[in-house]
Amino acid sequence: MTTESKELTKQEAFLAYILRLADDRLILGQRMSEWCGHGPQLEEDLAMANIALDLIGHATALYEYAGEVEGKGHDEDHFAYFRDDRDFTNLQLCELPKGDFGFTIARLFLFSAFSYFQYQRLKEANDEQFSGMINKHLKEIKYHLRHSREWVLRLGDGTEESHNRIQESFDDLWMYTDELFYMDEVDELMIKEGLGTDSTEFKDEWKNLVEDTLTEATLTAPNWDQFMMSGSRKGIHTEHLGHMLAQMQFLRRSYPDAEWK
Amino acid sequence: MSDNNSSKDNWPLWEVFTQPKSGKPHEHAGSLHASDKEMALQNARDTYARRNEGVSIWVVESKHITASTPDDMGPFFDPANDKPYRHPQFYSVPRAVKKRS
Repeated sequence: MTTESKELTKQEAFLAYILRLADDRLILGQRMSEWCGHGPQLEEDLAMANIALDLIGHATALYEYAGEVEGKGHDEDHFAYFRDDRDFTNLQLCELPKGDFGFTIARLFLFSAFSYFQYQRLKEANDEQFSGMINKHLKEIKYHLRHSREWVLRLGDGTEESHNRIQESFDDLWMYTDELFYMDEVDELMIKEGLGTDSTEFKDEWKNLVEDTLTEATLTAPNWDQFMMSGSRKGIHTEHLGHMLAQMQFLRRSYPDAEWK
Repeated sequence: MSDNNSSKDNWPLWEVFTQPKSGKPHEHAGSLHASDKEMALQNARDTYARRNEGVSIWVVESKHITASTPDDMGPFFDPANDKPYRHPQFYSVPRAVKKRS
């Protein structure tokens, strides 16, 4: 990526930073939306569709702002539909297939807990429009965290099968958690400009929340010292992202002039 | 999911009441299935409070509600018909009060 070779400008870093946030939310929102019509219960189906819409809404607002920061006249659809997998900088955690209900809940919990701590800090960012957006979305993130946490407790401390399945989900997800705290020159510049967060500051808080929740749910937190995946902030992804994008982007690319009217 | 039916049978039914704004009474919004009271509250939020419907939610398990039956209709509600003085409309409003409103 060009961001590595040359001296990074504030504008480039801010654009990259916003796109990382937006990509996480679009891709996870798309995964959550796959539950629509397939939820274990009508009520939970609604809850997951609502969360999916929240996340896609957050992504839309961020993409729109990214377009402004970039200043090339790109709208939110450009970022969502006309970039390829290597251009996406979302966490691998977000792109993994939805799995069973327990897997979806475990992932949403890990991600929402991280977002919660990150947004708590980002809402103080040195950019009114950006921090206003973050503050607004934080309310919904709190709900995602509450909803997923309550389900982790119930599945973990539920039946033998639900316990085993969500334990297995956490075991499988663990190697994707280190990336949450990945930081590079983009983050460094953003921290310097008062626009970004230093994720090492809240790593312990996040770990404590995760470990306490798992303990309360009679689950075992997997070993933090294991092989961890990396690279997604530089566009390195699992094989799952390309398939998802093919489905997500197909219509828009086949009919680029189509409009919602 | 294969255990869809059994889980549906296990989850109790809840009645949801939402308060449109503070000071107003909670009104019956509908019902839903949930595993327990916290999840009932969350499901109520997603089902009945996503579009600015209220400021407060009550949930109560449907089995805790005692309701009158159709057989009660006569003894419960008929007597009201021949006692018009029980209704405020029975009394004429003084002219002075009318003017003010």
